Amino acid sequence: MDAIILQILNGLDKGSAYALIALGLTLIFGTLGVVNFAHGALFMIGAFCAVTVQKLVTLSFEEVDPTRTDFLGNPLKVQMPYVDALFGPSAGEFLINWSVPLAIVLAIPVMLVVGITMERGLIKHFYKRPHAEQILVTFGLAIVLQEIVRYFFGANPIPTGAPSAFAGPMDIGAILGFTPGTVIYPYWRFVYFIFSAIVIGGVFAFLQFTTFGMVVRAGMNDRETVGLLGINIDRRFTIMFGIAAVVAGMAGVMYAPILSPNFHMGMDFLVLSFVVVVVGGMGSLPGAVAAGFLLGILQSFASMNEVKSLIPGIDQVIIYLVAIIVLLTRPRGLMGRRGVMEE
Amino acid sequence: MLGLSRKDTGFLIAVICLTLATPIFLQPFPETSSLAQFNAGYPDLMQRFAIYGIFVMGFNILFGLTGYLSFGHAAFLGVGSYSVVWMYKLLDYNVLPGLVLAVIMSGIFALFIGFVSLRRSGIYFSILTLAFAQMSYNLAYSVFTPLTNGETGLQVYLNDPQVLMSEGAPTSPHLFGLVMNESAKVAVGDWIFTFNVGYYFTAIIAILVFYLSLRIFRSPFGMILRAIKTNRNRLNYAGINTKPYMLTAFVISGMYAGLAGGLLAAMDPLTGAQRMQWTASGEVVLMAILGGAGTMMGPILGAGFIKYFENIFSKINESVLHQWFGWMPDGVQDFVIGVVSPFVGEGWHLTLGLLFMVVVIFLPGGIVQGALLVVGMFRRRNGHDGPKKQESASSAAQPAE
Amino acid sequence: MSTTEKNIVLHVDDVHKTFGGLHALADIDLQIEEGKTHAIIGPNGAGKSTLLNVVVGRLSPTRGAVVFNGEVLTGKAPHQINQLGIARVFQTPEIFPDLSVLQNVMAPAFAKRDGSFKLNFLSSLERQTDIRDEAEHILHDVGLYERRNTHAGALSRGDKRRMELAMCLIQHPRLLLLDEPTAGMSRHDTNTTIALLQKIKERGMTKIIIEHDMHVVFSLADRISVLAGGRIIAEGEPEEVRSNPKVQEAYLGGAHL
Ligand SMILES: Nc1ncnc2c1ncn2[C@@H]1O[C@H](COP(=O)(O)OP(=O)(O)OP(=O)(O)O)[C@@H](O)[C@H]1O
Ligand SMILES: [Mg+2]
Repeated sequence: MDAIILQILNGLDKGSAYALIALGLTLIFGTLGVVNFAHGALFMIGAFCAVTVQKLVTLSFEEVDPTRTDFLGNPLKVQMPYVDALFGPSAGEFLINWSVPLAIVLAIPVMLVVGITMERGLIKHFYKRPHAEQILVTFGLAIVLQEIVRYFFGANPIPTGAPSAFAGPMDIGAILGFTPGTVIYPYWRFVYFIFSAIVIGGVFAFLQFTTFGMVVRAGMNDRETVGLLGINIDRRFTIMFGIAAVVAGMAGVMYAPILSPNFHMGMDFLVLSFVVVVVGGMGSLPGAVAAGFLLGILQSFASMNEVKSLIPGIDQVIIYLVAIIVLLTRPRGLMGRRGVMEE
Repeated sequence: MLGLSRKDTGFLIAVICLTLATPIFLQPFPETSSLAQFNAGYPDLMQRFAIYGIFVMGFNILFGLTGYLSFGHAAFLGVGSYSVVWMYKLLDYNVLPGLVLAVIMSGIFALFIGFVSLRRSGIYFSILTLAFAQMSYNLAYSVFTPLTNGETGLQVYLNDPQVLMSEGAPTSPHLFGLVMNESAKVAVGDWIFTFNVGYYFTAIIAILVFYLSLRIFRSPFGMILRAIKTNRNRLNYAGINTKPYMLTAFVISGMYAGLAGGLLAAMDPLTGAQRMQWTASGEVVLMAILGGAGTMMGPILGAGFIKYFENIFSKINESVLHQWFGWMPDGVQDFVIGVVSPFVGEGWHLTLGLLFMVVVIFLPGGIVQGALLVVGMFRRRNGHDGPKKQESASSAAQPAE
Repeated sequence: MSTTEKNIVLHVDDVHKTFGGLHALADIDLQIEEGKTHAIIGPNGAGKSTLLNVVVGRLSPTRGAVVFNGEVLTGKAPHQINQLGIARVFQTPEIFPDLSVLQNVMAPAFAKRDGSFKLNFLSSLERQTDIRDEAEHILHDVGLYERRNTHAGALSRGDKRRMELAMCLIQHPRLLLLDEPTAGMSRHDTNTTIALLQKIKERGMTKIIIEHDMHVVFSLADRISVLAGGRIIAEGEPEEVRSNPKVQEAYLGGAHL
């Protein structure tokens, strides 16, 4: 039992990331009808927002600390972060420690700008073009974005720490009443799950309870009719694209402590997220979320040693295997609508 | 001749001549000139032109004709490479058994993957092929390590059986004693031309499969594949069962990829799983699009273009740039170098990505379409008729270009 | 076979088709006699195209079956149904826009000659002179010979329809289904098409024709079925149907007749 819970928990953080990316992909696909292969790059840019903020707050100048000496007895030179000097040591400490959550403040406007620019500047011209061309142009864009990031941040992963309050593991086993120490789970992953649940809930609530969301949902079902009502659906869809970009970006920011950001992480996640979208059913928002968690958890179960010894290599292929089976048995995915992306 | 129309025979002969003369005309700059770094007539690069040409030719039979976008063709490339290295390990360094095995194995793989993936179309097909390729890639790194040697990559070891190996036989890939990495260097004035066995071997194979492609393009089969691209359902109502046609196209294109993968290992007797990664699948898509999917020559040009510029661009570094722009005043020079340097060397992929976007946005028909546009403009200016887009040539087989 | 005994080619046997709650077809019973031209008329949304979709295997009936020359079609794939000798012209032209007109007409001919699949990737399209000659001949008949090398996508709607007719005729089907074959054509082209269809009739090809243009219907039909709201409300010789009050009602007081 505790082992099962542990695996479910282990699947949650990856599952949350898949779900968040897949949600954005589906929003874009559902509203604009565009297959966006650059969506993973948005996730990656988010993660690098965290890196940037961490770099900014740890920017330092060299200072001689008169109170300390090195082993030769000379005064010690120390790196003094500007934030410490500006706001005092405790505030500086706080900023550095909480740089990842703080990065969300940076990420939201950045992602909005990136998303809206992308939609207005490029995607807009591809609404009417074949899906193959949409895939190809956004694929090209993804390469460009990741290469730009590589140019500025280099090719190596950049470790980005979680706030120290959440850095350690938590003993969920003890909380749930099992033998202490059996279900050990890193705090931050738990935070990530909660965070994504809030974001997902927020997106659904937004779509469900605001007029804006209602129009968008109506537009997803039948763009032309909504257009005929004299509602400017295009502008709303642009904003939806921005929102999807923000969701992907926030998912990336918060994922930075779990996976040290590297320039190709977007592509790695994109491939899997696409599989998730297809499994969930192209165009279905609940499908995307459900499939994201489902596949994340399945993957974590497949990585259990007991399972691996039974079916060697299953952990490597489980997601793809599920995708293949789902596509062949339920062509529209788990919750897909009729007539989406069909001949 | 050879079952081709007169026009196509001419086309084939031109391609043969160009291919055979490649070591000469890709070496336009004398060794002593500072432009010699733009020469491309060395064996390694020319081999890659031919090999990726084969890869993309096969991909084009599927994507160019039927419009089915496979994102998993690298899997077949990998299978081909592994097959060849295995034959080195078991028999000897003769490339022939390995290449035969490569084509057979990739054909079997393609039959299976195609059979399953082709039950869906559009983006679902793309995702299925991607899923299969990623599965193969992941498995090559994990469970199949005994077959693939995991991250180290597959290569020949001294204690391998090599049952056909005889005393004094070559210890690098060869064809019945003709060693692949042997070259004859011919100096003509300041020019040095390298005629390499491996290049000619791959080039001859490339010509053979080009001929096969040409036949496929001009066959009723090719026409039916084109018809599938725009209206698959209509074909069904016209009595044609499109499934076996698609599967055949998929298998043929998989076999081309396997052959290309095998040739990669025939030039360099080792291989690794990264050859199967989806980025490699993406690369072949790029080549096809850049050149012009669905045309005979376009994708091959695309492959050559990408491989050439990859080679040139990745060689350019800061010091080369300083050498080039040395004549400029200092401030301007730094500025120019600052602007150019992100796009060269390591930044080659950035250039590639941009190029790719530009092509898809402005020239979805690729280089070939661009060339036709330019030719059309030129003709019109000279008072000729522009090429009539709507009217194809008078023969039943409409020309692909 | 005596003159009174009819030879039924197609038997639509008690076919129903529902879409969700909508009864697109109900209790359809139809017998098509060999060599005859059977017209199906009825207002928009009556279910006429749906009926043809059921016959060619695009849709499977919710109930009932379609029998063609003693073979049950229901459950067969569209290409199998075509191979049995049924060809169809669609209501909105279904063609291969990227191929030339000639190639559009040649493609179905391969299905007729070689069956539903033939591994013919080494033969040359240019050398298929038998098929090309026949395609050119038929293009001549439908009046598109001069445009044989045009990209089919560039044709006008009426020309596409004529080309699609040629795509069917080249297969010499035993049963030809025509869904509004003259819609979108000029008066002149309509008359040419009528003449062409009359010529085919003389060769003994069985046809089902859906038309709104009563001039076409009465020039061609041997028998007429009237479909309204998914049911056959009348059937008979043209004159009988014309004077049937139910039909008059279905057609808003006989405005069309
Ligand atoms: N695939 C489908 N799914 C749902 N409803 C359908 C489908 N095809 C047809 N219908 C409905 O069935 C009814 C009959 O349609 P059908 O196309 O057969 O009419 P029709 O008699 O051919 O009309 P028209 O003269 O306009 O061509 C219509 O109400 C139509 O909306
Ligand atoms: Mg109709």
